[in-house]
Amino acid sequence: MTTAPVDTAANSMQATEVTDAWDGFQDGLWRDAVDVRDFVQRNYTPYEGDAAFLAGPTERTTAVWQKLLGMFPEENSKGIYDVDVKTPSRIDAFAPGFIDADKDLIVGLQTDGALKRAIMPNGGWRMVESALNAYGYETDPEVREVYTHLRKTHNEGVFDAYTPEIRACRSSGIITGLPDAYGRGRIIGDYRRVALYGVDRLIDAKAADKARLGEQWATEHVIRDREEISEQIKALNELKSMAASYGYDISGPAKTGREAVQWLYFAYLAAVKEQNGAAMSIGRIDNFLDIYLQRDIEKGLITEEQAQEFIDDFVIKLRIVRFLRTPEYNELYSGDPTWVTWSMAGIGEDGRPLVSRTTFRALQTLYNLGPAPEPNLTVFWSQQLPKGFKDYASQVAIDTSAIQFESDELMRPKYGDDTAIACCVSAMAVGKQMQFFGARVNVAKALLYAINGGRDEKSGKTVVNGFEPVTGDYLDYEDIAPRYDAMLDWLAKTYVHALNVIHYMHDKYAYERIEMALHDQEILRTMACGIAGLSVAADSLSAIKHAKVKIIRDETGLAVDYEIEGEYPAYGNNDDRADAIAKRIVQDFMQKIRKHPTYRDAVHTQSVLTITSNVVYGKKTGNTPDGRRAGTPFAPGANPMNGRDEHGYIASALSVAKLPYDDAEDGISLTNTITPDALGRTAEERVQNLSGVLDGFMASNGFHMNVNVLDKKMLEDAMEHPENYPQLTIRVSGYAVNFVRLTREQQLDVINRTFHGSL
Amino acid sequence: MTAVLLGNEIPVRAAAPAAPAAPEGATPAGAATQRPISGSVHSWDLSTGVDGPGTRFVTFLSGCPLSCLYCHNPDTMKMRNGKRYAADDIVAEAAKYTTFIRASGGGATISGGEPLLQPVFAGELFHRFKHELGLHTALDTSGFLGARATDAMLRDVDLVLLDIKSWDPATYTKVTGRELQPTLDFARRLAALDKQVHVRFVLVPGLTDDPANVEGVAAFAASLGVVSRVDILPFHKLGEAKWEALGKTFTLHDTPSPGPAEVAAAREIFQGHGLYAV
Repeated sequence: MTTAPVDTAANSMQATEVTDAWDGFQDGLWRDAVDVRDFVQRNYTPYEGDAAFLAGPTERTTAVWQKLLGMFPEENSKGIYDVDVKTPSRIDAFAPGFIDADKDLIVGLQTDGALKRAIMPNGGWRMVESALNAYGYETDPEVREVYTHLRKTHNEGVFDAYTPEIRACRSSGIITGLPDAYGRGRIIGDYRRVALYGVDRLIDAKAADKARLGEQWATEHVIRDREEISEQIKALNELKSMAASYGYDISGPAKTGREAVQWLYFAYLAAVKEQNGAAMSIGRIDNFLDIYLQRDIEKGLITEEQAQEFIDDFVIKLRIVRFLRTPEYNELYSGDPTWVTWSMAGIGEDGRPLVSRTTFRALQTLYNLGPAPEPNLTVFWSQQLPKGFKDYASQVAIDTSAIQFESDELMRPKYGDDTAIACCVSAMAVGKQMQFFGARVNVAKALLYAINGGRDEKSGKTVVNGFEPVTGDYLDYEDIAPRYDAMLDWLAKTYVHALNVIHYMHDKYAYERIEMALHDQEILRTMACGIAGLSVAADSLSAIKHAKVKIIRDETGLAVDYEIEGEYPAYGNNDDRADAIAKRIVQDFMQKIRKHPTYRDAVHTQSVLTITSNVVYGKKTGNTPDGRRAGTPFAPGANPMNGRDEHGYIASALSVAKLPYDDAEDGISLTNTITPDALGRTAEERVQNLSGVLDGFMASNGFHMNVNVLDKKMLEDAMEHPENYPQLTIRVSGYAVNFVRLTREQQLDVINRTFHGSL
Repeated sequence: MTAVLLGNEIPVRAAAPAAPAAPEGATPAGAATQRPISGSVHSWDLSTGVDGPGTRFVTFLSGCPLSCLYCHNPDTMKMRNGKRYAADDIVAEAAKYTTFIRASGGGATISGGEPLLQPVFAGELFHRFKHELGLHTALDTSGFLGARATDAMLRDVDLVLLDIKSWDPATYTKVTGRELQPTLDFARRLAALDKQVHVRFVLVPGLTDDPANVEGVAAFAASLGVVSRVDILPFHKLGEAKWEALGKTFTLHDTPSPGPAEVAAAREIFQGHGLYAV
């Protein structure tokens, strides 16, 4: 459905000549072909100064944000604020919506009301139905009929092709979080293209691609590509029509800074109107937008305050992206994550810093609006970054705990300098690369399967056939190592098998039309596998190797507990005796993954990342030979186990830095929680010291660091009095969450997790 | 769980083949190389911004001649409670962090306990931290045993973190059980050697916070001409549990921590003498 344009404070668009829109820009390849990187490189103004130029929030900004703050408590208590049960979402399905039609500067909402969610059943009907029921809504009978009888979903397709073995793995929890019932996400459209070129030019380019494919023989692949391009073109037309409903003609390029923000946002909005993706990241956009804002400032059209206001209003919109998900999903991922990851900074291939004033403006939103988990602001850190930016980024991290840092030096050689993170730690060249998200397998549980010959330690059921259990009273490293190796072989094979099925069906039934319309036709695909429980597995093997581990069996012969005699070195103390074991697990599992051909010839990668699912993984895993009790949460991501890293966060971080990025190209996540005192005695020292810690970590080949600078007492108080901490934000494994929205269990896990202070 | 983790210990050399053997002649001139130099070590740690500038590899030696009422590491007081390590092992452990520390800024600090209770061991470590690993070095000391620090050792020390616990000699003795004078002598010697010093002063309400006492420390520190910073450390009771674990009485149980206003008042006294105080 397309709706009539509405009059708002914001619309005043006339059809534009391209020459006006590009007035003053340096020419280059970008004029003749779709090439945003070239445009940015030729036109952006690196900024090497400090944060003194930044402006605070306007009254308008504060008023709009306050209105939302007034709505969040109801959303928190009900689970969702509102939902439209009748309208399966697509790009132009809803009438225009506003937070405040008189005040919104950058317009557009996913539905016709703020915080009102939409149903997106292409991923799977069951997910929609159980989410609606959980929040007290009834499904619409007609919509139900469509998605249960007339229109097949991704979820249905996947289960048609799963094997019994994959189903058994899914229910035992050795493979968890697979995107087989929800949108896979982790695809970043190059939303900048819409602002730079306008939609019509992009449609022409796609039409030309399709025409070229028309000359090729109709193999299955060529036919699929042609169908996909047709879908992309339809999506681009729907994008235009959605923008038109708000009174904007985006067929041509944006002419001003405000339009550039608006055009880019419309493109992103189209994606989140249609895909309930696990992570809907926005890419690398600040230097692009800065070119337009800078041009307007130089022409005297806008002030710094206005430039900041556009970014603030845009960020408000990104903060209220909402998807309808089940409470179980939210339990797994803590709250309501959308991973609107915004990647910034790093160093360009020509040596100039990828930092502009708008990079600073993006960070400034955390002060102007207060801290928040979204957008997931991600700084590509390099020792070469200008001091002014390093200082500001460190200061923001200390003040808000809401940004994450990833190594530009590790990513740039692999992906180039127009790289962005999808979700938490997954790097990709914007518009040229996408990934097939694969969640993760539990390598700690796999070790228990190796001990028990494929029987699940919790249920006692045989999940894997063809393995014999360990029979002796003590675990022997030489005996268990080959058993574990064989079990990981089986796991890798079953896992890639499941992922091939999932992504085949996702392309078929829930194709990301608009996101892929904002990609090149020829792209690199990665098959993003992942592991959880690394530190538990590594410590267990270290205990078996360096101490004596006695097996305790139940009456059925199932190994259910372990007694450790002696001491063992634990991962997280920069001690190679344990760290080498963790490194080896990562390398071995990656090799095993690589043996299995992938759907669409995707390149195999893996991550060491759990987000907050470390709690659920721990719940699903019995006692382990490292001494961890059944049900106890795993450490998040690649973190060492809570309390076993005894030499402070730097020794711990350097253990993690030994994990090879070449064998974990989808990212290695480390979360640090530090008390303010542990960074220095004055505010200025803390800033310098955090920058130093980041320099040191990246110089040691560390990949990712979440930095929480928090007081334990404050978190405990926030558990008791959540009403006083509506915006308290903390980082967990590649993602920031609103602390008061975590389950009590997760809150305790965060608090119990190593607090790196000093005595 | 039944296991005791090895986390707090340094792997012995045999288990850490990465440890580079000290080349002949790497020890201070004239030092015997036949027998490896070793010492009693409580633990090692990495810290940022609290044991000297930047991120530092901190070696805590065991044993201290003082018995400060407020000590937050009472488990380091007795040398016999430490574990014996060869200097090679400590240097090998520190070597794992040189890449990090060079990039982050920082160095190596020897703390305790009292490092100067083991002057040969400490001197060996300083020499190798500085010349083998190229790190900035800091000595964290009360100065009571300053006479044991040779000029050769001090040449390998870039910064001294000097704890002056009180100006009033009676209070000093009450707090530490020892005399003040050796600390003052050591401070003057450091000034004569033009050695950079950070003064540390623990502010304990009702014990060290008399303005006249603070004033005395401040005037003395300013007179040295080498004090680039004063850290006023507000008394805290985080070490109390360690006293209990040792079966000792923590006599300052009822003493409050100073509030921000009291810390600010002390800071102003130091600043009044032209010192940078935080």
